[in-house]
Amino acid sequence: MATVHPESLTAPSVDYRSVTRDVAAVPLAFPSPRAWWIGFGISCVGVLIFLVSAFWLFYRGVGIWGINNPDFWGLAISNYVWWIGMGHAGTLISALLLLINKGWRNSLNRFAEAMTVFAVIQAGMYPILHLGRPWLFYWLIPYPNTMTVWPQFKSPLEWDVFAVGTYLIVSVLFWYVGLIPDLAGVRDRAKRRVWQVFFGLLALGWRNSAIHWQRWQVCYWILAGLALPLVISVHSGVAMLFAGGLEPGWHTTIYPPYFVLGAVFEGFAVVLLISITLRHAFRLHHLVTDRHLDMLAKLLLAFGLMTAYGYLFEGFGAWYSGDLYERQTLQDRLSGDYAWAYWGAIALNFVVLQACWFRAVRRSAAALLAIGAAVTVGMWLERFMLVTTALYRDFLPSSYQAYVPTFWEWSLFLGTIGVFFFLFFLFVRLLPMISMFEIKEVLQEEARGGHRAAPS
Amino acid sequence: MAATREIRDRLKALATGRLEGRSGRAYWRSLEELAAEPAFHDQLLDEFPSLEPVLGSRSRRDVLRIMGASLGLAGLAGCDFGPPQEKALPYVRAPEFEVPGDPEYYATAALLGGYALPVLAETHVGRPVKVEGNPEHPVSRGATDLFAQAAVLDLYDPDRSGATTRLAQISTFDAFQIDLIGRARELEGRRGSGLALLTGAVTSPTTLRLIERARERLPELRWFVHEPVGNARRHEAARLAFGRILDLHPRLDRAEVTLCLEADPLGPGPAQVPNARAWVDQRRAKMAHGELPKLYVLESTPSLTGAKASEALPAAPAEIHNATLALAQHLGIGGIEAPELPLHLRAKVLEIALALERSGEAALVMPGAHLDPQLQALVFRINQQLGGLNRTLVATLPVEARPEVGENSLPALAGAIRTGEVDTLLILDSNPVYTAPADLDIGDLLQTVPFRVHVGAYQDETAALCPWHVPLAHPFETWSDGRAVDGTASVIQPLVRPVRGGRSMHEVLATLAGEPQAEPYEMVRATWRRVLRGRDFEPAWRQVLHDGFAEGTAAETQSVEARPVEAPPPKKPGAIEAVVRPDPSVWDGRFATNAWLQELPKPFTKLTWDNVVAVSPAFAVEHRLDNGDLVDLSAGVRRVRAPVWILPGQAERTLTLHLGYGRGRFGGVGSDLGYDAYRLRTTDELWVIEGMIVQAADASMPLASTQEHHSMLGHHLVREIGIGELAAGRSVVPKEHHRPTLYPEWDYETYAWAMTIDLDACIGCNACVVACQAENNVPVVGKEEVLLGREMHWLRVDRYYSGEASQPHVHFQPIPCMHCEKAPCEMGCPVNATVHGPEGLNQMIYNRCVGTRTCASYCPYKVRRFNFHDYTADEPPTLVARRNPDLTVRARGVMEKCTYCVQRISAARIEAKKEGRRIRDGEVVTACQQVCPTRAIVFGDQSDPDSMVARAKASPRDYALLAELNLRPRTSYLAEVSERPAGDHRLEGEVREF
Repeated sequence: MATVHPESLTAPSVDYRSVTRDVAAVPLAFPSPRAWWIGFGISCVGVLIFLVSAFWLFYRGVGIWGINNPDFWGLAISNYVWWIGMGHAGTLISALLLLINKGWRNSLNRFAEAMTVFAVIQAGMYPILHLGRPWLFYWLIPYPNTMTVWPQFKSPLEWDVFAVGTYLIVSVLFWYVGLIPDLAGVRDRAKRRVWQVFFGLLALGWRNSAIHWQRWQVCYWILAGLALPLVISVHSGVAMLFAGGLEPGWHTTIYPPYFVLGAVFEGFAVVLLISITLRHAFRLHHLVTDRHLDMLAKLLLAFGLMTAYGYLFEGFGAWYSGDLYERQTLQDRLSGDYAWAYWGAIALNFVVLQACWFRAVRRSAAALLAIGAAVTVGMWLERFMLVTTALYRDFLPSSYQAYVPTFWEWSLFLGTIGVFFFLFFLFVRLLPMISMFEIKEVLQEEARGGHRAAPS
Repeated sequence: MAATREIRDRLKALATGRLEGRSGRAYWRSLEELAAEPAFHDQLLDEFPSLEPVLGSRSRRDVLRIMGASLGLAGLAGCDFGPPQEKALPYVRAPEFEVPGDPEYYATAALLGGYALPVLAETHVGRPVKVEGNPEHPVSRGATDLFAQAAVLDLYDPDRSGATTRLAQISTFDAFQIDLIGRARELEGRRGSGLALLTGAVTSPTTLRLIERARERLPELRWFVHEPVGNARRHEAARLAFGRILDLHPRLDRAEVTLCLEADPLGPGPAQVPNARAWVDQRRAKMAHGELPKLYVLESTPSLTGAKASEALPAAPAEIHNATLALAQHLGIGGIEAPELPLHLRAKVLEIALALERSGEAALVMPGAHLDPQLQALVFRINQQLGGLNRTLVATLPVEARPEVGENSLPALAGAIRTGEVDTLLILDSNPVYTAPADLDIGDLLQTVPFRVHVGAYQDETAALCPWHVPLAHPFETWSDGRAVDGTASVIQPLVRPVRGGRSMHEVLATLAGEPQAEPYEMVRATWRRVLRGRDFEPAWRQVLHDGFAEGTAAETQSVEARPVEAPPPKKPGAIEAVVRPDPSVWDGRFATNAWLQELPKPFTKLTWDNVVAVSPAFAVEHRLDNGDLVDLSAGVRRVRAPVWILPGQAERTLTLHLGYGRGRFGGVGSDLGYDAYRLRTTDELWVIEGMIVQAADASMPLASTQEHHSMLGHHLVREIGIGELAAGRSVVPKEHHRPTLYPEWDYETYAWAMTIDLDACIGCNACVVACQAENNVPVVGKEEVLLGREMHWLRVDRYYSGEASQPHVHFQPIPCMHCEKAPCEMGCPVNATVHGPEGLNQMIYNRCVGTRTCASYCPYKVRRFNFHDYTADEPPTLVARRNPDLTVRARGVMEKCTYCVQRISAARIEAKKEGRRIRDGEVVTACQQVCPTRAIVFGDQSDPDSMVARAKASPRDYALLAELNLRPRTSYLAEVSERPAGDHRLEGEVREF
């Protein structure tokens, strides 16, 4: 048995062979088909709910929702912000930590990136679904046309279109490029013709040559370099959708960083949920270790505290501005019709999070699962609160009116969750969900550093 | 054709049978006439309704021919719809001077409670689309009320009755005429005794002439009048005070100190438009001299007059009664028993009495038209005592052809029916089964009258109980005439052939008078030969048609002297009283099927689609009631369940019931709305029901109000300036220096459209809201959608309270689009669907809109309206013809909002360009501006310093709403003017939220 340094990122039993065996086995010889089929079946029901909700929405229009004047946006936009926020941690973990050479990311980045892609897909659907005339969504895209009309480039929403579009493309590329060496690895182990063809096509003829590796590395790093500023710009753009308006509770300069931090915070929570679930389901404790969880929990705590600072400063700004409308909105948040959303967000995003100060909690999968779930829900509440409390009471008291989402808004939200899981189940079934070659890199690094024996 | 043979055989048999039963000579022209046996007739018609017109006069051959032809021509039904002069569209050869796209205007009149409001109706290729007030007419002066604006929708109302019916089977007007002719012949034999007419208030000279004609033939004909919200008590009071029936007109333009005792001269009704204009004229004239006219209002329930009063005092009806007595006592009118009065009211009465006395001849005391006639007569005495009678309160001969008083009222008719004096009853444009006091049991009584006819616009409650129902044509469909509140006579021109096949009331009366073939046109002309006596008829007639009225036909002013009358005894206040009021939107129920009016937010409650029991905040606290809670109201044996609404300014122990609702199934629009307050009224307690018992029903219902919040929460949304400050040259806000902005300035090369709304002049009458809806094809969304907050009105009237909830100040603020210079909506739209126009209009490009709703989310005024559903596609097909063709109809998923009536700007621009000049000031008039009875809205080009709007904006009262946002709105407001000096009155005073 090789000696393993306590700082090692993977379990002592891990070596090159076992990494490939354990990870590649999942798509090739799926270990727990029954659980997968059950989960996949449920997510298919979710997809069905999505399809029915979307069909009814297209057929009847957004009038089937509870939105009104003044609450013109409602769940559609708060869910959009929530989904796109979730898509941030994946890229951040993957790209930022790659660029600053934090090897521990290598166990997490693959499914974190998958999460990003799938979440951004949900987020990207919402702005189209919520349109009054969704069949004209392409008018948001600048293209030369016979009407010689271009989009309106001052609109934050227009820049959201660009940001989300770019983010989706870059995320997909980054994820896929990162997958190529592993796809080739699985291809080489595949015994059945169908898998050989499937992975063979996806691997784009990867032959593991040095020149491949060299070009791949350049490409991957460039993509990482592109993805990272996008994380900031995409969610800043989303924040500008609100800050650009004059509505009290929206119109503040703190919004872009506040939104970005909140998004990353939410994303880490979801990464935690996924990594704990996956390592339990596929018994990958040796690849995703307690130390990974500890790292994630620390980051979660850090971003959570930054988000809390946002809450604090938002309130302070409203009070300090002396603006009656801003103060009114603050008061509405604290004690109005939607105070439950505000205090729910505070409780779930801030109070619960404080447990992460304790090492024991940070290394307890069960505790982190609970905290991750709390933050995921809490961030949803926060997004809902931010969108709704600003609109339902803005300037003229004569326009005040509450907003109650209808069945179809909830069902569509449930449907997008279903679609997300549907894609995720396919991902864990079909693709190597943990980056094999990058873990091997870590093993190599650790061996070189003397932290463990050279793997064979 | 076995059936025909069978008919023939039965006819023979019946005829023979009849002859056999007779003694003496019987004259008959045909077997058919002889066989006029009702049972057989009905059976026959059950089988062949289309035979109705021919039965009785044609041969078998004719019957066959008509049966065949009716089959062949069935496809042509419904072709009878178009302009009145037998034109058919589309033209093969277009008539000269008619340009498609150019509207034509006809002078005609809209009716409310029998009174004509002269209007100019806009028609597009034969379709009436919109009405405007007649600017030449002394009553309208270019303005209308909300009912006239909505009248054009009634024209296309698919719920209007479309066919003559007999026993609920479709029949024909000819068949009805035949039946009526027969009946009239029978009546002639007994000089018309047993014949009764029941009408609403009538001002039409032609109706009067025809009834007189009928009376020549049938001298014992009796004519009863029933107007649910009429002037019966006012006329009774005049008879008491002056010895004869007279109309009394307040002259608010002459009054300097006015006291309204339950009177609502600015409120809805036939006189609203002239009263509002007179009020604002006087107010502006006084304001120019640094003064304000005083207006005191004692009212049991908030009224529009109370909202504009210097001081509105809520008081129970009994207290107002006593206060009137106390006032009379103060002014030295003898024979009055000292009334019991709460201290604060006693002091207030003294103060008012002094103010009235000081004002002398310029004082006016107005009694409510529904007050006890004795009390009203006393008030006339008070006016005489003050010196204002014949000056601020002017009497004229009555405008109504037959003023409703005791002996010709509905109770008198009920009495006559009960004693069997009536066997033939013609109900003309009246719905007594719904509107009669509950104790008359008019429904049961009616059914004891053997021959009864209902002529009305709807298959209503009365129609259901009358064997014959004749659909009444809309005023815009047939020739008629009428008189305005001042008595000026107008000819009512048809704009279109009867859309639903209605008939003129005149045709029915002419049939009765023995002229069944008379055409309404000829009948009206015959009348007007008398009206225009002494003038060359044809040119004079043409002039009247052109002008819309005949000059110099106003009711004659009478110089009167009020006789001393016995003052009524004081009342004992304390019990719960209920006052009954017409609904501000559907009046007495006649507009129940009008979707515009149903969805119009009522001035105080902002409720749509329902009526409520208004209660005071204190009453609600005492009985633990909340908005929408159901209560059981009982007065004697009569019970009604109704939702309550908490109304600030309501007298503490007084409930207000609004008429016009609770009709069960009544068409597509009017069904299952509200409760029926008529069920609680009795002949003796028509307007005040004493001793009402209220019991919470432990249930509630949703009520669709468009405004849930009633206080300004400390924001300066409606501003106010003291008259003293104004006179001293101070401004309501420091004159605006534009704050810096990052956005570049716009260059305006041509016009800069702008609007001002004078909040001091706005009486909250809602006419502008309906006018906007009519002009701009604004869809109606229904109660469920209003509950969700999706009403579509481009122009809304916000209503705020300040001060004490028990006696609040009321502020109305119409909110159209502000057309900001730095519009946040323009910045927000990702697809350039809302853009800044070259003349500063904030334009909405419907066909570019994809419906992101960013613009609306960004709009601080929340004036944008979104088509959440396909509202216009859901409208009944008949209403499509009503739409203004100058505007796009918006589809689902598209944003819309006030455009400053851009279609009218375009029309003016085209005219100006043709003549090679600029658009003149005042040439573009927005729909809301045009209809406003107080001229509160001014629109024009603010880049021209001499324009009316530029001058209005230079006023020291001018301010921008939410100016602190630096959006530089083009719409600005002129502050309310108060008598209170600055600082004395705080507008930000909070009102408890209900």
